[in-house]
Amino acid sequence: MTLLQVRSVSKSFRGLQAVRDASFEVPQGSINGLIGPNGAGKTTIFNMVAGVYAPDSGEILFDGKQIHGFRPDQVCAAGIGRTFQLVKPFAGLSVLDNVIVGALHKERTVAGARAHASSILKKLNLDAKAHLPASSLTLPDRKRLEVARALATRPRLLLLDEVMAGLRPTECDQMVQVFRDINRAEGLTILLIEHVMRAVMALARHIGVLHHGEVIARGTPEEVVRHPAVLECYLGEEADV
Amino acid sequence: MKKELLCLVILAGLLVAFPAFAGPYALSVATLILYFAYTGQAWNVMMGFAGQLSLGHSLYVGVGAYAAGALFFHYGIGPWAGLWLAMALCAGFGLVIGFLAFRFGISGVYFALLTIAFAEFTRIGFDHLDWLGGPGGMFLRVAQRDVWDLANFRGPPLMYYYAMLFLTAGAFLLCFFLLRSKAGYYWQAIRENEEAAQALGINTFRWKMVAVALSAAMTSVSGVFFAFYYNNLFPEQIFHISRSIEIILGPVIGGVGTLFGPILGAAVLTLLSDGITDLLAALGWEIPGIKQVFYGIVLLVVVMFLPHGIWPALYRRLGFHK
Repeated sequence: MTLLQVRSVSKSFRGLQAVRDASFEVPQGSINGLIGPNGAGKTTIFNMVAGVYAPDSGEILFDGKQIHGFRPDQVCAAGIGRTFQLVKPFAGLSVLDNVIVGALHKERTVAGARAHASSILKKLNLDAKAHLPASSLTLPDRKRLEVARALATRPRLLLLDEVMAGLRPTECDQMVQVFRDINRAEGLTILLIEHVMRAVMALARHIGVLHHGEVIARGTPEEVVRHPAVLECYLGEEADV
Repeated sequence: MKKELLCLVILAGLLVAFPAFAGPYALSVATLILYFAYTGQAWNVMMGFAGQLSLGHSLYVGVGAYAAGALFFHYGIGPWAGLWLAMALCAGFGLVIGFLAFRFGISGVYFALLTIAFAEFTRIGFDHLDWLGGPGGMFLRVAQRDVWDLANFRGPPLMYYYAMLFLTAGAFLLCFFLLRSKAGYYWQAIRENEEAAQALGINTFRWKMVAVALSAAMTSVSGVFFAFYYNNLFPEQIFHISRSIEIILGPVIGGVGTLFGPILGAAVLTLLSDGITDLLAALGWEIPGIKQVFYGIVLLVVVMFLPHGIWPALYRRLGFHK
């Protein structure tokens, strides 16, 4: 079953066509990746799904219902959680309070939200830092906090925007393990936008490649890395010798 | 937590017993401190909790004062009914300002400018409202000062002191519970990062509107008190921007966003400014504007050395912790 459907979506900013007629699907329970060189339109697509921008044309369906043009909070209410590429912690609040804010989306009481938030912090190995101010966290921990907060809203689809960027390979592998576990244990569907090929290859079962705002290839990681159009956009055209 | 509670109970006891030891002058200073503590707390809901800077809170004091004052002046209706009118009017004003700002994406400094603009044109409007006395002011009938007439909120200074103490304690408790509620978490999330708050499913427009309406309604109660305590109202005075600044100085000095900051800030500023006025009078130096200069210096020193206000620093020094 398809959870997220993006159908011929386009978006331009003052004449710059950021995304052109892009389509892809995310099946329920899968981990999908969206890759592409800088400026390919990955974050624009991401932001259209997350409700930051409305697409100029095309439609976005979540669980069969139209969500394009929703506000970010309505997208969250529909069941989509997101992280930010440039992390946005609630710096003045404690790590636990950050996650409680997310947990309050579904929990009715603060006590219930606190319990839920604590269990998520444990899952992401942040429980030892629960009472520190979020401003004191290192970058890898801030990335983890982004994920914890998004997970706390109990989403059905988790959107990850370059959550591996800036992490060391071992930290990256830890993160990959966390997502694998959550995907397997809870059936959470994940769409990740990523530069770090190591993470995408390890996680995603299905990858879409964007270039100049268009989807140029789709398939399994193995198929995609051999696709001529992908090789061309990443490495340049093969030279005739 | 226990230590803090104990200190709070002792402080409350001292404040309840205070009039037994205090002379009329000390009582009036204490009433003034509580007035600023309460009003600062009301402003703090909007700025300290939800992060929306208002530099026009004199608007709500003024509208609240005139609403209850006019009912009493023209129809003899006491402040207990006037209070509701004042709160409803001010919440309405707050919602209009909030709607204009939040709907059209006016935030930060520009939002603050909008709040000043509303306070200013209300001041000018009231100058031309003859029904409310215009620039000449509105004067409430002053009855016998030694009888507690609670129904009409007329009585001796002691009554006003206890009324203000009750309001300050009530606002403190309300804010204590608000901060620990869903609303408190949502407001703080909006204050810290609005975009992230929205991504977590918070309808930021709605919750900012709630903060503005609540802050405005709470501030209007200060206005009702003002009208019945001072008994005269002038638009030039009550709506003036210096009044708005006076309101925010307490929480800024004490600690924005903290529960005890507005109370501490009000006490420190009022005592210091009265102290220096007395000192200068004793020395025979009558310099106009010295109080304002002094305020400025204290503000500067606090901002430089205690950027989060006095209370967070004192809190740690006293060994309190969460």
